[in-house]
Amino acid sequence: MTQKRLTKDLLKEFRFNEKEIKHINSHIIKYPKGRVQSAVLESLFLAQKKSGGWLPESAIAAVSEILNMPKIRVLEVATFYSMFNLEPCGNFFVQICGTTPCWLRGSDEIKKACKDHIGEERKISNEDISWVEVECLGACVNAPVVQINEEYFEDLDYSSMSEILVKLKKNQPIKKGSQINRQSSEPIQREKND
Amino acid sequence: MVNIEIDGIDYEVEEGLALIQACEEAGIDIPRFCYHEKLSVAGNCRMCLVDVEDSRGLSPKPVASCAVQVSEGIKIYTKTERVKNAREGVMEFLLINHPLDCPICDQGGECDLQDQAMAFGHGESRFFDDKRAVENKGMGPFIKTEMTRCIHCTRCVRFSSEVSGNHEIGSIGRGNDMEITTYLNSSVESELSGNVIDLCPVGALTSRPYAFSARPWELKKTETIDVMDALGSNIRIDSKGLKVMRVLPRLNEEINEEWITDKTRFFWDGLSSQRIDNPYKRVGKKLVKTTWDDAIDLAKKNLISSKPEEIAAISGDLVPIESVYSLKKLLKGIKVKNYDCRQDGSKISGPRERWLFNSTISGIDESDGCLLIGTNPRKEAPLLNSRILRQSRNLSYPLGLIGAKCDLTYDYKLLGEDPKIVREILEGKNSFCDKLKLSKKPMMIIGQGALTGVKGSEFLDLCIELAYKFNFISNEWNGFNVLHTAASRAGAMSIDFIPEEDGKNTEEIINGCKAGLIKTIFLLGADELQLSDLDNCYVIYQGHHGDKGANNADLILPSAAFSEQNGLYMNTEGRVQESVRSVFPVGEAKEDWEIIRLISEALNLNSDFQTHEGLRNKIYKEYPNLNPFDDFQKNNPPEKKDNNDISGHKFSEAITNYWFTNSIARASANLSERNDYIQKRDN
Ligand code: SF4
Ligand code: FES
Ligand code: FES
Repeated sequence: MTQKRLTKDLLKEFRFNEKEIKHINSHIIKYPKGRVQSAVLESLFLAQKKSGGWLPESAIAAVSEILNMPKIRVLEVATFYSMFNLEPCGNFFVQICGTTPCWLRGSDEIKKACKDHIGEERKISNEDISWVEVECLGACVNAPVVQINEEYFEDLDYSSMSEILVKLKKNQPIKKGSQINRQSSEPIQREKND
Repeated sequence: MVNIEIDGIDYEVEEGLALIQACEEAGIDIPRFCYHEKLSVAGNCRMCLVDVEDSRGLSPKPVASCAVQVSEGIKIYTKTERVKNAREGVMEFLLINHPLDCPICDQGGECDLQDQAMAFGHGESRFFDDKRAVENKGMGPFIKTEMTRCIHCTRCVRFSSEVSGNHEIGSIGRGNDMEITTYLNSSVESELSGNVIDLCPVGALTSRPYAFSARPWELKKTETIDVMDALGSNIRIDSKGLKVMRVLPRLNEEINEEWITDKTRFFWDGLSSQRIDNPYKRVGKKLVKTTWDDAIDLAKKNLISSKPEEIAAISGDLVPIESVYSLKKLLKGIKVKNYDCRQDGSKISGPRERWLFNSTISGIDESDGCLLIGTNPRKEAPLLNSRILRQSRNLSYPLGLIGAKCDLTYDYKLLGEDPKIVREILEGKNSFCDKLKLSKKPMMIIGQGALTGVKGSEFLDLCIELAYKFNFISNEWNGFNVLHTAASRAGAMSIDFIPEEDGKNTEEIINGCKAGLIKTIFLLGADELQLSDLDNCYVIYQGHHGDKGANNADLILPSAAFSEQNGLYMNTEGRVQESVRSVFPVGEAKEDWEIIRLISEALNLNSDFQTHEGLRNKIYKEYPNLNPFDDFQKNNPPEKKDNNDISGHKFSEAITNYWFTNSIARASANLSERNDYIQKRDN
């Protein structure tokens, strides 16, 4: 897992607009009185989406203000979950699962594909793509798995991953889900005589 | 009560205790890092593992004794092989990432990790990989961090959210990446932050001003009390030779529990700077050194040459009861009526229940509502504020403030700044009344800022009226509280160091000095007065710091600071405690009572005491409730007076700068650094 730390150097304006505040309020009312902070995850997600996939310091401050929560408490949450980024990421953000099942099924190859086509981990490429390694994405049955923005891509290998990345760069449509045409997680059709 | 068994012996303990507490009561020590009596249970260090057997048999694995409560018939084993192994295992894990830097660590000698590694550890390391290193954090001028040493017990995190209430420290990241930090490394702002130094079981958070200056075993430890505010927190002064090295809290559940404020913890360097170590007299514009004989003679001459009504005396905020008492005897001897202990111009007077914290400090824990009047308890008594914070977490705890808006670390209802609101509440015209009516044991806290104005005395009576209207005062509850800010005030008040009939009070004395009606004024450690251009008035200052009082003096009598003489102090709730000498006075300085005795002798007044002991016995005889060795007595409710006119009354601020409330604090470089820190940040 990569270390996540907030810095003040990454400046960015951040303010929730009225619609977003409404959305957050609709989450706040789900919780009992005096438990406003329970809406912190939802608010952070919204903020992350709004500011392009990552959370600048100003966003943490905005969430802390709207939920009347000490800033350090919001920061604790934001650094705890790997789903929150505290530094800018690409427009396409590739998260490679490197946990045991995926690793056994060849996640190292996937990483290599990313290195070859995008570059170093956590560096945004010229095509506005970046990648990181994350812990289990919860789709182990279709390992190895990557998540790109909000979509999952499963049953990958070096060539299918490369193909996806090439298409991404050209902004061509790509196929979601299993790359070997599995419907869900049924057994893989093996060739005869295998 | 439940019956339990610990290591084969039967005990009866209270319900709801954690296993670790039960073991403690039975005298069995369980090692722990994260558990702390005064904080919530975290259960994350696992050092307190024990074996437990209940009706379902022996627990499959050892359990954390801090996180499990006692139940009927439970059997606890603390000495089994499995427990021993478990402790060794936990210790080994904790030490994986802990540096081996005890020789250069300030915690050495009083470190929980060190002690417990000795007592329960494996003895030998089996770890040959690289250790984790963590960047240090900036927590301000008081707290030095060495975060590689942190074992993530989260005591400091819980303290900052539960006791100090500022929510400043947190744990970010997770797993191997977890770090303890403040938000973006900002310095902590709480007035109680220094307590995390004591809480931290390792050397991750240590005292910056004390850094590398002594080892605990070379220090002389004196158990005494604090005078930085009027709570009388119990402290221990650690000294080396003639120097005070540090101040630590002592446990007193009734007052400070186990905390002290940062001002108390760090004022000590003020004891060795700006000190007056020799008598001085003014010659021309300059102060020049002189001898004691000459100084006493000068004092005598000036006291004789003025008429009694031309002499006045004011006592300060840090002086013990004995010295005020002997000064009063001296003044009586020369028929002076102008004396006052209320330096700030507060209008309190009358029997003690009118100006004490009647509910007692620990009584706050019983209260079910609170009305703050003209006070900012966070500045005036931070530890008391922390108790209110704790109470305010109860769901139905009405909490209102009449006074200036301020950050008290908890939510309250701001009722307004006008003293008239008290009358509104009295007449049932305020929305806060509905809530107050429901409280059975509400308390009211009146600050000195509410009592200094022109109608201070009438306002106090109005508050008493209000107290009777609601349940502030009932048969079994007395929630009428006056909060003091000066350590000496309650003591001096209880020996009536206030002007006699047709005597002048502080304000009148000062005006008298300016108008030339007062020819000689005696300041007993009084440093908070606005004194300047007193050309035609002879100022005798007796004190220990070259502060405001001494600057304007014509004669300076050097005395011992509170840490250099034995003395009695009464705290804001009326509890008398003894402050004990921890180091000797500097230079030529003498104890307060002794100086006054010398002057009395020079004036041929027969003082019927020659020793400190004799003086004390005399005080006990005259004022029996000043004996600190008697049981603490609660007060009767104050008497009510109706129809109090407070028109024109205004509140003032009792404390403008928390860090500089007395002459010792003003001389302390530690505290001024802290003050600058905040100011720099705010600009
Ligand atoms: S800094 Fe000290 S008190 Fe805070 S978590 Fe670390 S070891 Fe515990
Ligand atoms: S291990 Fe990769 S998705 Fe679970
Ligand atoms: S003391 Fe019980 S887990 Fe830390």
